[in-house]
Formats: sequence, C-alpha cells, structure tokens
Amino acid sequence: MANPPISRRRFLQAAALAVPAASLLGCHSDDSRKILAAANAPGPLYLSEGERHFLDAAVERLIPGDAKHPGAREAGVTTFIDRQLSGPYGMAETWYMQGPWPTGDEEQGWQSKLTPAQMYRAAIRDIQSHCQQKYGKHYEALSTDQQDDVLHGLEQGHLDLPDTSAKQFFQMLLHNTQEGFLADPMYGGNRDFAGWKLIGFPGPRYNYVAEIEQYGKPYTLPTVGLNGRTGA
Amino acid sequence: MATRLKEVDVVLVGFGLTASILAQELTDAGLQVLALERGGFRDTVPDFSTTTIQDELKYAVRHGLFEEPERETLTFRNSMDQCALPMRHLGSFLPASGAGGAAVHWNGQHWRFLPDDFVIRSHTEQRYGKKFIPENMTIQDWGVTYADLEPYYDKFDYLNGVSGQAGNIQGVIQQGGNPFEGARQRGYPNPPLKRSYPTVLFEKAAKEAGFKPFPCPASNTSRPYKNIYGVQMGECTYCGFCEWFGCGNYSKASPQTTIFPVLLKKDSFSYRTQCEVTRINLDSTGKRATGVNYVDAQGREFEQPAQIVITCAFAQHNVHLLLLSKIGKPYDPVANTGVVGRNYAYQITSAVDVFLDEILNPFMGAGALGQAIDDFNGDNFDHAPYDFIGGGYIALWTTGGRPILQHQLPEGTPKWGAGWKKALQENYLKSCSIATHGSVMSYRDSYLDLDPTWKDIYGNPLLRLTFDYHKNEHDMSNFLTDKAAVIAKAMNPRSFHPKPRKGHYSIVPYQTTHNTGGAAMGDDPRTSVVNRYLQSWDVPNLFVMGSSVFPQNAGYNPTGTIGALTYWAVDAIKNQYLKNPGPLVQV
Repeated sequence: MANPPISRRRFLQAAALAVPAASLLGCHSDDSRKILAAANAPGPLYLSEGERHFLDAAVERLIPGDAKHPGAREAGVTTFIDRQLSGPYGMAETWYMQGPWPTGDEEQGWQSKLTPAQMYRAAIRDIQSHCQQKYGKHYEALSTDQQDDVLHGLEQGHLDLPDTSAKQFFQMLLHNTQEGFLADPMYGGNRDFAGWKLIGFPGPRYNYVAEIEQYGKPYTLPTVGLNGRTGA
Repeated sequence: MATRLKEVDVVLVGFGLTASILAQELTDAGLQVLALERGGFRDTVPDFSTTTIQDELKYAVRHGLFEEPERETLTFRNSMDQCALPMRHLGSFLPASGAGGAAVHWNGQHWRFLPDDFVIRSHTEQRYGKKFIPENMTIQDWGVTYADLEPYYDKFDYLNGVSGQAGNIQGVIQQGGNPFEGARQRGYPNPPLKRSYPTVLFEKAAKEAGFKPFPCPASNTSRPYKNIYGVQMGECTYCGFCEWFGCGNYSKASPQTTIFPVLLKKDSFSYRTQCEVTRINLDSTGKRATGVNYVDAQGREFEQPAQIVITCAFAQHNVHLLLLSKIGKPYDPVANTGVVGRNYAYQITSAVDVFLDEILNPFMGAGALGQAIDDFNGDNFDHAPYDFIGGGYIALWTTGGRPILQHQLPEGTPKWGAGWKKALQENYLKSCSIATHGSVMSYRDSYLDLDPTWKDIYGNPLLRLTFDYHKNEHDMSNFLTDKAAVIAKAMNPRSFHPKPRKGHYSIVPYQTTHNTGGAAMGDDPRTSVVNRYLQSWDVPNLFVMGSSVFPQNAGYNPTGTIGALTYWAVDAIKNQYLKNPGPLVQV
C-alpha cells in the first residue's frame, strides 16, 4: 500500500510540535515554514483511499517521474485533485446544472448532469471494474504498459464506461493533472516547484522592468510561489 | 410585488466600463446617476493585490472574476435546425461580473477601427461592386463615421493612458507607427512599452517579409501617467498577469484605475451591487421607459424609476434584456423581419506557434505588449483576387508565460507521458506564438433570440445563440494564417506550427470575449435597434451601450471602439438630448 494518509492524531501531534517550535525561534526559516505548511495542510477531503491509489498510478503515467525530474505523483497531483474535487470546482458550484439534459454535439460542450467530483467517482469505479475483468487486478497493480493501454482506451473512447463518457473523463483527468503539476504549490500540487523548475518558470515574480530587455539571458532569481520560497 | 423606490435621473444597467464613463460624464452634467451591478464591488486594493492576484489556477483556469453560468448563461447551436443546449460552464468567451466589468480582466489591447470599417457595405459595393457581397451576408454601415468618432477615440486614449506609436497624425504618416490607421489628431499619451525579445524578432522578420510592423497600442502604461480626470496610473512592471486578472499595479486601464477614484467621491453617484436587472419598464404608450425592475441578493424585487435608462451590461445581456422587456421588434430570420437579436457576430482567430533556439523568457510580458502588422486588415489590401471580405491584424503578443494555459508544444508532441513532459521542458522558455485576429461579418442566420426550453434562476427564458463561421470567414482566416506563417518562417525557427481555425464554431475552447451585435446601430430602424447616438428607435429615453451595437465585427479588439462610442453617445445625451428630450434622429 502506498502513502497511507496521515491519521488525524498524527496530524494533530505534528501541528502541536511544529507551531511552538517555529514561534520560539522567532523567525521563519525554510524548514519551519515547511513544517507549518505540512501541519496546516488538510488530509484527504473527498477521495477514498482506493480512488487515491488509482489516481497516484494514473497521473504518474500522464506525467511520469524520471531520474532528474519528479512526475505528477511525487509533485502531489493526487492531493491537488482531491482538494479541487472537494471545493467549488468539484461541486460545479458556478455551472448551469438545470435540466433537461439531452446530448448534443461536441461544439456545444459539457452536457453531463454529473459534477466533476461525481464523474471522478463513477469513472474510477468503472475503470477499476474493467481492469478487474480484463486483467484480474486493480489499475494500480497493472504493468505501466497495461496502464497506458487503459488510458489510451479512455482517450480514444474505445473503453466503454456505463455512467460516464470515457473521452470526457480522460480530458478532465488530463487537464486536472497538468493543472496540479503547474499551478501554484499552495493548491497541493507542484510540490517543491517540481513543475515550475522543470520548465523554468520563476513563479509570480511581479517585476521584470530591469530584465525584460536583456534579450536571450536566463533569469536566475530563485523560484517563488504566492506563499513564498517554499510554495506550499 | 416589487417595492417602488425613489426616482433617479439616470439608471445604468451594469457598472462596467461604459457605465463608469457615463456616470462620470452625466454626474458632471448635474444629473443624479445610479448603477445597478449584478456582481460585487471590486477595487485594486484589496481585490487585485499583487500578493494574491497572480494566481493562474484561481483566475485564468477556474474563472475567478467572470460571470457564473449558474446565474446567467445562454443556449447555443451552430444552425437553426439544431436544438440549442445550455452553455453549462464558460469556454469560448468570458464575460465579467462585478464592478469594472470585463475592463478589469482584459489585456488592454486598445485599437481603433479603420475608417472603411464604419462604411463597410457602401465602401465594398463601391470598390468591388454589389455582387461581391454574398446574399446572406447582412453587413451594413454604422451610421457614424471614423471622422465623427475621432475626437471620442482621442478622449478614450487619454482616459486610459494608451502607450503606442502613432502612424498617422492629421494625415501625415509617422515613422514606426501603423501607416494604415485612420488619421488621429495627435500622438498617444505615452510612448510604446518596453519590448520583449519575441516582439523584436517578429519585427525583424515582418520587415524582411515586406510588411510594416509597429508596436501594438496598449492600455498598459509605459510610464507614470495622470489621466483626463486627474487619476494617477503607474508604470507597468511586465508581470505577465493581465488578461483574466485584475491589475494590482495601477498600470492596466480599467474603471478602477481610471475613473473610480473621482467618481466614487461624488454625492450625485451611487451604485448597488448584487442587483440583477430583469426588466426595463415602459409606460402605457410603450414609447417611454419608466425605469427598471431588479432583484437583489436576498431575492427581493424592486422597481427603480428613472428619467433615462441606459443598458451597460455585457453585449448579449443587453440584447437579452431588450427581448425580455419586449422593446423593439424581435428578429425573425425566416421572415427576415425585426431587429432585436439580428446581426450577432464574433471574431475568428488562429495562431502560428514558433519554436526557437534562444531563451525568450515568456513570463516577462504585458497584456498588450505586442508587435503587429495591419497590411491585411479591413480593406488595407485589394480583395479583388480573393473571394472574401474583411481581414485582421497579425501580431506577436507576449502577454505572459503562465504555465498551465500559456505554453506551446511542437507539432506531433504526444498529449501526455514522458514525451509531453520532455517537450514542455525543452520548449517553454524558447517558444512564442503569432496570432491572427480576424473580422466576422454578420449573416441572416447568425442571431440571438429567447430559448424555448431553458430558464435562468429568475424563471426567465435564457438567451439563445445561433452562430457558425461561414466560408467567407474561414477563407479570410486561412489567408491570414498563411501570411503569419510567412513571418514565422522568416524568424528562422527550429520549427513552426500553423494552427488554422477549422470546422464549426465551438463554444468550448477559449477564443475571444469579442461578442458583438444583436442591438445594431444604424440609419434605418428596419435594420437597426438604435440610431447613430445609440438611442433606441422605439423608446427615446433608452440608450444601449457596448459592442451589442456593432452591426458586424472588425478585425480588431472591440474595447477602443466601445469607449469611443460611449463618449460619442454621452456627448449627444449631454448636449442634445437633455436640452430637448426626444428622438435625436427623425425617421
């Protein structure tokens, strides 16, 4: 079993230890900020443990880690998706969700009555039963080639899911994975600026008046997030 | 039962750009003005603070500053034989909600239309003959000319502190500016922005290709600037978070940075937020507006009487309100009668991505930092050899390098997996994109009406949009894309990737928030909703602002012309209408 979520008791212990330590020091070293951030971070919010296992495996295929650069799993993308699904996005809070619900053409956009959170739940359940049926294993236990085959099947719509459009779910998963890899780390992904360091984005640096006309020159100041140097 | 409130001189539907200009000018004329805004109040501090606003996920991806379809949306179909379906979340265009409107989250790309754009039908017929215009194309002259609007374009330039290089001052062509532009009375208030590397490379390549590049006019201030109302703006820092964000640096022109500091101090002006106007009320003759009805955040309904009603909502929302209020004859595309909802148009865009060997630092940018050519806009070139009308600018903008939505990948890059990751790593710092920005003509089958099935949260029918690109627009856009590829090639790239606009119009991918028409202006009440002063033909104390009055769309971003038309209309209200309330144009 990979990465069991931190228990509430351990979470509280960490918080209790971390806060006074940082206060006593009277300063915010990178380490104390990291401890504080970890203590303040919520645990799993929407996804079940099984759903997190599926996503850990799937997002790692969408953006794999390699020797030099972490992939989506290590960058915390599962946590990012979990937090997104538990909030306004996952609940389609601002979307027009009144029926009736006929199906339309691709140009007419999203016409599912499932919210993104509901779609993840239904799709992961159905993908897991497909994997059980075809391979006798959960998705996360498949070989990476088999995992890619399943993803290609979703992407191309060859894999038939009873309650959701495979293509639509795949696109949502892919977008959310890229978002988590490249959004500000305060949302739970892009951990330690994994995504931004990969590409060379320095973060919201705000002022480039002195640098914009230095053509062809690399920008060298360290990466920052909206919450500072540690990001989270 | 609506609670009746005390009468005001002027009620404005919405509190965005046009409403802010009107409020400032009409309170100066001594009137009591009230703005009713469906969204909340927002100001530079604290809402757009530089420590929180540069959040791509919250604002660009999750649409933090835009209207919520849950409250107001429309249904969409490509053609009349389809069933229109609700736009359930935003995509192709992003109208705002809240004070300042879409002028909070625009890029600041600040253009004037060409003189020929305002007389497109008569000009085209004269130059190419009547048969050059397809039968189902319903383009028409605006009823105003560029010469009429020039003083008001000028005023809007100096409100916003536009940074740019003039191309034509009083008929004299200026070195380094846009030689195709209409004559302006004087130069821009501020010099062009600092140049990003990709715009320098574009300029060189465009010149080599034989075109005439110039710095794009920007409502991003290149230096500290005090505007016509005495409001101070600051120098742009090229942070790369303009479009879809508010500006925390007082550098991007918006009502917050150009008008609010003086307007909000006036006793004669007030605004109410979270108030959605649902009807314009008429008296028993149907010829006079008595005010509006609105619903507040608690669901209470109020009647707000007013001497003058001005709709300043986003383009299609003005049309929706006219249809719900039964003002003007609704357009019927089958019988080809009526006017309200007629001549909806949009913009057709494409791109050519360019991949170079040098570091370009795409994250250093500004919303309107670009270099463009206008050689193929409007009727700046001879259309006789081609089978289309219209054109557009071709520009390399460096609006920012926000990682989620602003990265380019070479043709053939896998959509995911190790290959995607490698391509992202190798190209993020070394790529840029050339955009084409094309006009869209109006057609008999592109229009707005009320949907028969879906309702909004107040129980009113949603607006229904019927729209598709026609052959004229695809041919024109492909022509522009080919020209953009010529420039891309001259940049000596590793590779370049033309991305023409193909197939049917789709409401899904973001294109532009340049929705136009539905309440067209003109000289003839049989083909227009408002006269040349944006005054309703049917209800003379009702005026309609914004791009809803465009009879078709030109090859430029609309905001410059929206601002000019607003100043033009408010001048007519102050100096003609108030002295003699009634129709400003006799039929």
